[in-house]
Formats: sequence, structure tokens, C-alpha cells
Amino acid sequence: MLKITDLQKTFNPGTVNAKTALSGFDLHIKDGDFVTVIGGNGAGKSTLLNAIAGVWKPDFGSIEIGGVDVTNMPEHKRAKFLGRVFQDPMKGTSPDMEIAENLSIAARRGTHRKLIWGCTRKEKESYRELLAQLDLGLEDRLSTKVGLLSGGQRQAVTLLMATLKKPKILLLDEHTAALDPKTAAKVLSLTDKLVRENNLTTLMITHNMHDAIAYGNRLIMMHEGRVAVDVCGEEKKNLTIEQLLGLFEKASGSQFSDDKVMLSK
Amino acid sequence: MVFLNALPGAVAEGLIWGLMAIGVYISYKILDIADLSVDGSICTGMCVCAVLIAAGVPAWVSMIVAFLAGALAGTLTGLFHSALGIPAILAGILTQLILYSVNLTVLGGKPLVQISAREYDLLLNMSNNIHAIIMAAILIAAVIVVLWLFFYTEVGLTLKSTGDNPDMSRAQGVNVKLNKVVGLALSNGVVALSGALLAQYKGSANINEGRGAIVIGLAAIFIGLSVSMKIKPNFVVSLIGVIGGGIVYYVIYNVVILLGLKTDYLKMFSALIVALFLAAPYLKTTYFTKQKSLHPVIPSEKKEEGGRTDA
Repeated sequence: MLKITDLQKTFNPGTVNAKTALSGFDLHIKDGDFVTVIGGNGAGKSTLLNAIAGVWKPDFGSIEIGGVDVTNMPEHKRAKFLGRVFQDPMKGTSPDMEIAENLSIAARRGTHRKLIWGCTRKEKESYRELLAQLDLGLEDRLSTKVGLLSGGQRQAVTLLMATLKKPKILLLDEHTAALDPKTAAKVLSLTDKLVRENNLTTLMITHNMHDAIAYGNRLIMMHEGRVAVDVCGEEKKNLTIEQLLGLFEKASGSQFSDDKVMLSK
Repeated sequence: MVFLNALPGAVAEGLIWGLMAIGVYISYKILDIADLSVDGSICTGMCVCAVLIAAGVPAWVSMIVAFLAGALAGTLTGLFHSALGIPAILAGILTQLILYSVNLTVLGGKPLVQISAREYDLLLNMSNNIHAIIMAAILIAAVIVVLWLFFYTEVGLTLKSTGDNPDMSRAQGVNVKLNKVVGLALSNGVVALSGALLAQYKGSANINEGRGAIVIGLAAIFIGLSVSMKIKPNFVVSLIGVIGGGIVYYVIYNVVILLGLKTDYLKMFSALIVALFLAAPYLKTTYFTKQKSLHPVIPSEKKEEGGRTDA
């Protein structure tokens, strides 16, 4: 489903601030895989997701989604393959627009938008049912401006928007990091539910080792722009945090130390 | 009495500037772009309309052509910004300057083209203010209905999201760059249409007309929205509010003139009023918000503290 070959990206090349974020990154994800990605600050996790989403072009390498080479495809064209949820809850929704309008824009991702009614009454009914599943009381607030919702509610709506039109790949960029623990847990279980129900191929970045192990069927640990640890199947299911740190040390030759990750284990 | 005599004229002109403010609303409020090309495109609308009417073209055809000319100007600003990466505010200034030459050319090198209501069949003119108010109101109502329908289509909704959250828009497959061009074209088209009305109302097109139009447009938006947002913050009410803002602006303008203020100062006052509105949110948060105490003093604690000092 997703094939990344020798991806390289250096920010600010040729300056003192040059930062190699991806250095020959290879990854092959099968259809239906739920991959969790973990790594320290600057390991290249977000860079990887932005590369797949097409926020900028890589210096070298190629990205294929479902057999289509998207390496040079602009972000908005690539969007038809992708569902995205950002770390910042403010980023995924349009605050000055109604919940239903936000969903209707997402429902037409990848289609040619026409001069016909953009949010039909029939559509709104289906959104009401979808929102009811979230159990956040949003089903009666279809015409509420999204800007009036809490961060957790906005993130839940963004998740719906990302999955409303089934994406080839769902990209989750630490999407619960900015939420309080209780809301984060709720959004995460909603994520798991949506991924299972729709059998979505998913790439989820997290800084929480426990979550990285608990969710998905494959775990990737990144280090200096490369894959350091890659476990899947039974091995991943039985993985412990200590084992994971051991694997990381063996692969990277250095002790894993990132306060944010370590403190949240 | 003098004021009452001046009132119909103020309302008529206010309506026309209200339409202009709706154009500015599209760029400033919906796309979140401060587009300065409108100073030029309102004049383009006036020039194109006046020259065509003077050449014997029917008024309504001239107005459509004026709209298209404005849309073309907006497209230019949009391309400067989207395709060439020029900051929006500079893109607008560049177009504005280009339009000055264009407008001069349209006027045939003359600074003024006159279209007298006695000689030509105009949609509206200051010689009959009540008629002008009715015609302007009908046209504006039609424009509002068209815009209302448009902004609730699939395309229109993405135009709104483009200004509101470009990140979200791109993630949902919206071509943000193209949308900015489309939005600026629409905005400047509406502004040029109001220019076409203004030329007919005044019976002339003048190369110097339109300077500082953006400021009047913004003033109308701020005045209008300060009321309409309190009534109902939806699209149509906002647009009607903006029209109302234009009328209020021109009524005040006329009162100020009647009070004997030198007209030379009017643009300065308009700019200061807009500056005040633009500064209001900042002033409110910086100077007029009391800091909430993070540690409210609980009475029992206070007592304890007092006890300690006693000891």
C-alpha cells in the first residue's frame, strides 16, 4: 500500500542550521497494516509524515501509494489517498465553519468539486448518526461553528473527517499529544475503532511507548532519520517497554533518551 | 432640513459603496487577504462602464463588462500571489499601479469621461436619488443572493475553508492557490461592478477616483459587522450588515460635511476610524483586560498567614 524508497530530506542545506531529518528511509507497508511510529525528538517522525502528505518535496527517493508514484504530486492532489489528523487540534478543522460544513468538505476529498449544493440535508442526517457514535453530544450541534468546540472534540471531528471518505492511508501525527490524558484516551480508542471498522492502513506517530505497543500490528522506532527497530505480529504483541529499549540500544548503538517519551511511559 | 435633503443622496452613495465593501468582505473576511488592488479595480469598473456607455453600449452590458474587467484584475493579483509567490499585500499594490495605466488607457488618455443622464440611458443617476436607491437596492439584493448561493456550493465552501484554515483545506484536497485566485477575481469583480454603478450615479469616470477605497470598504465592514454579528452571525446577515455599514458611513460623511468640516480632512478621518477598529481587539486584550489571579486568596489561608506573623 505504501512504499517508501531511500527517502532523504535535509532542511536548510548548506547552512549552519542544516538538519538531516531523513537519511535514506525505507519502508514498505502492507494493505491493512496499523503501524505505530515512535522515536525521540528530531528522529524524523513528523518529517516522514509530512513527506508522505506532500507538505514539501524530498531531496531524494520516492513515495508510492497504492502503486501510484506520488513523489512529485502536490499536496492537495495527494489528499485523495490520505486521511490526516494533526498534532495541533486547531489545524484539522475550519473554525469559522459549521461542523456539518467541515464534514461535507471532507466527504468530497478527491472529487471534482462542482457548483452544486455543498452540504445537502440528506448528508446532514448521515453526519448526525456518525457524530452520535462519538458520544460527545455533537449530533445535536451540526450547525455549531467548530471553533466553539474543545480540543478533544475538534480532534474527534478531524478523525471523522479523515476517515469519512475511506483513505488509502490514515496519517496520525501525535494526534493525542495536545489533549489531556482522559480525552487523549478517548480519542485514541475512537481511532482504534475507526481503523478496525474501516480496515484502514494506518501510520500513527506517538510519543507514548505504551500506546505504541498497545495499538496496531507493527511498531517502528526511528533514529536519526532511519528505521532503528521494526517489530510486527506476535513479537510486537508480546513486546515490553524494556525489550523495546533493549532493541533500540542494540540497533542504534546508543541509549534511548528523550524526556517526553520516557516520562510518558 | 439641509440634512434631510442630503439624506437620499447619502443613502444612494452608501448603497453603492456598500456593494464595494461586499467585494472587500470576500477578500478580507473570507479569504483573509488584505487586497489593495480594489483601489484600482473600482476605478477600472468606473472607466470601463463610462467609456462603453459613452460609446453607445447599453448600461447593463457595460456593467457586465466592468465586472469581468475587475475579475481580470483580481486574477492578476491572485496570480502574482499564488503563482509567483509575491506577498498578497504587495501583489495588490502592484496590480493597483498597473491598473492606473490601464484605466488611463481605457479613458483614452483623458483624465475624465462624462456620461450625462440627459444624453445616455443610465441605470441610476444622482439626478433622481429615490430611483437610484431602488435600482441599487435591487441590484445589490441580486448580488447578495448569487453570493449566498455560491458560497454554499461545493466550490464556495472550499473558498471559505481556504481563508479559514489553509492546512485543513489542503489536507482535504482543496487547491488553496487556485481558490485564492478565484476568490480575488470574484472580489474585484464585485468591486468593479460597484464602480460601474458609481460612474453612472456620478455621471462620470475620473482617473483619480478610488484612491483609499479599501479604507472605506473596511470601515463599512467594521461598522456593519459590529451590529450584524450581534443579531445573527451568518453569511447573509453579514452581507446585509456590510451594506448597512456603507450607508451609515455615507450618512456620517454627509453630516460631517454639513457641520462644515473641510472635505480635505475626510480621508484622514476615514483612515483613523478604520485604525481604531483594527486596533480595538489589540487594545482590548492589552490594556483593558484585568489579569486573572492564578492564586485566589482564600480567607482561611489569609488568617493562617496572619497568625504566623503574629507568632
